[in-house]
Amino acid sequence: MDLYEYQARDLFEKHGVPVLPAAIATTADEAEAAAIKVGGKVVVKAQVKVGGRGKAGGVKLAVDPADAREKASAILGMDIKGHEVRTVMIAAAAPIESEYYLAILLDRSNRTFLVMASVAGGMEIEEVAHTAPEKLAKIPVDSNVGIDLARATEIIAAAKFPAEVADQVASVLVKLWETFVSEDATLVEVNPLVKTSDGKIIALDGKVTLDDNAGFRHPDHEALVDQAAENALEAAAKAKNLNYVKLEGQVGIIGNGAGLVMSTLDVVAYAGEKFGGVRPANFLDIGGGASAQVMADGLSIILGDKDVKSVFVNVFGGITACDAVANGIVQALELLGAAATKPIVVRLDGNNVVEGRAILTAAAHPLVEQLDTMDGAANRAAELAAK
Amino acid sequence: MSIFINADSKIIVQGMTGSEGTKHTRRMLASGSQVVGGVTPGKGGQSVEIDGHNLPVFNTVGEAMAATGANVSVVFVPPKFAKAAVVDAIDAAMPLVVVITEGIPVHDSASFYAYSLTKGTTRIIGPNCPGLISPGKSNVGIIPANITGAGPIGLVSKSGTLTYQMMFELRDIGFSTAVGIGGDPVVGTTHIDCLRAFQDDPETEAIVMIGEIGGDAEERAAAFIAQYVTKPVVGYVAGFTAPEGKTMGHAGAIVSGSSGTAQGKKDALEAAGVKVGQTPSETARLLRAIMGR
Repeated sequence: MDLYEYQARDLFEKHGVPVLPAAIATTADEAEAAAIKVGGKVVVKAQVKVGGRGKAGGVKLAVDPADAREKASAILGMDIKGHEVRTVMIAAAAPIESEYYLAILLDRSNRTFLVMASVAGGMEIEEVAHTAPEKLAKIPVDSNVGIDLARATEIIAAAKFPAEVADQVASVLVKLWETFVSEDATLVEVNPLVKTSDGKIIALDGKVTLDDNAGFRHPDHEALVDQAAENALEAAAKAKNLNYVKLEGQVGIIGNGAGLVMSTLDVVAYAGEKFGGVRPANFLDIGGGASAQVMADGLSIILGDKDVKSVFVNVFGGITACDAVANGIVQALELLGAAATKPIVVRLDGNNVVEGRAILTAAAHPLVEQLDTMDGAANRAAELAAK
Repeated sequence: MSIFINADSKIIVQGMTGSEGTKHTRRMLASGSQVVGGVTPGKGGQSVEIDGHNLPVFNTVGEAMAATGANVSVVFVPPKFAKAAVVDAIDAAMPLVVVITEGIPVHDSASFYAYSLTKGTTRIIGPNCPGLISPGKSNVGIIPANITGAGPIGLVSKSGTLTYQMMFELRDIGFSTAVGIGGDPVVGTTHIDCLRAFQDDPETEAIVMIGEIGGDAEERAAAFIAQYVTKPVVGYVAGFTAPEGKTMGHAGAIVSGSSGTAQGKKDALEAAGVKVGQTPSETARLLRAIMGR
């Protein structure tokens, strides 16, 4: 889960990373109140999970609370690269002297953690990496060793931070490591980390990504989910514990196993090229145990998607037996009754396939059509969606 | 021959007394694997009867190895306790630890992977994987044993169900070993480790490599193939239609910005001379054409 800047800021504050006073607002009234609370000149910052908001006009300086109100009302409701601004953060303004970059992240390639540090902060770090790689220090960190002050001091020296800020930045790095570990983050990034004109080091903007698998250790992370920004179908699927991602297409997809479902989406998209560009409407992995209830839940989510014109159920019976899946489909259609209105193409293979196919044949549901192969079934589902 | 496991592999099941552990111990035994015991901390000294096999339970992997001579461990322990289980196995210098568990926090898997490197005596496969099978010899994990038999194909895949699908497509030819390496961002054994082992395995004649979006394991594998692998390799990559920034089922299956895309992986593999199929069936046909089967 990617966090908003204000959520990242709050986590930083919780773990002792220096940040500026700030408050959030969702209306112009709240923005004015927040500016009074923060005091002095403030910066009104659009809260969106996408880069480039400054260039898009989503960050404005305000000289007083009335000005903050005006700036917030201009920013709230803006569309920044397809993201609607529903919240602004009102943060104290700081006189910036230098901008740095500091991040800890999971380095998948090397299967370790990595500190990235640069004295060239403020811009996109990909750009620094591309144009001035010598200005970006990348230093691996062993998960079982971590970053204490001595190690942080070495890292900051290796990244060539100026001597007058090195101690402060090293101390920030230790606190960032604490944030990274104790929150189960896969990314904590401060960009820019600034030196103010009075010599203080402050995390001015931050990005945090939390590991969804670690939710059991962090019941408080649930509150960080922005439910209003979730797609309604995705939220409904989540409530049913279904692994669902909404896409822009016409063929609803149900399958078992993440890899097979991803592959099913691709195969449908290829098949769809022959039928006017029909595309998959969603990712839905019902996992190993495809009970009737899970199948019914999945079908009802997919049939609730108004874009869906046909459904493709693609199951390879590994652990799951095809007869159980077939029974699941039959019972799901009984549960759904008149709510089931779209043609459903089913491809079953693997464990107990003969029994599974026989069950669907015997049920002879008017919406259900069986095909023997994944490619053939994808083709048929695309054809039905194009009609 | 086969890679990582063989007919002499002696398996212990960490988490055998849990429902998943018991279910899959039964399946492994039914497929002829030598399961010799289980580990559940606090239940040492008990035993479990599964289909006529009386399996002793131990408190630690070290005790289980000493008593049974086990050389493979398969982990079905829930995410919350998985790190402790894997660390226990590493401490016992268990040569091969296959972590089936899905949903382990990446800080935990990064930690036990780093620990395994420090100790240098344990290969980890997974987590979030179906395990591996050498048909007719040994089956460690949850891959169905009845899809196909022994043969000359080696298979390595991030995905469980795509492993099954591909074994099914090529069931008349058969497999030396099929390895599901897992769909998490940090896994103990990579495509490259498997490619190297298949290249060095005299019984493997051709290799199927299945990848998916996220990370750069496939790109690295492509570079490795160009440099080291002389046996024919065909590839398949899933996730061309995946949108940027969305996790597609597997924790590691995510396109971040322009990195980790299916197209990038396909291009890298093709540049290394690997034929890449557009669908699993086409991938199987490409392999058949190469093998003349």
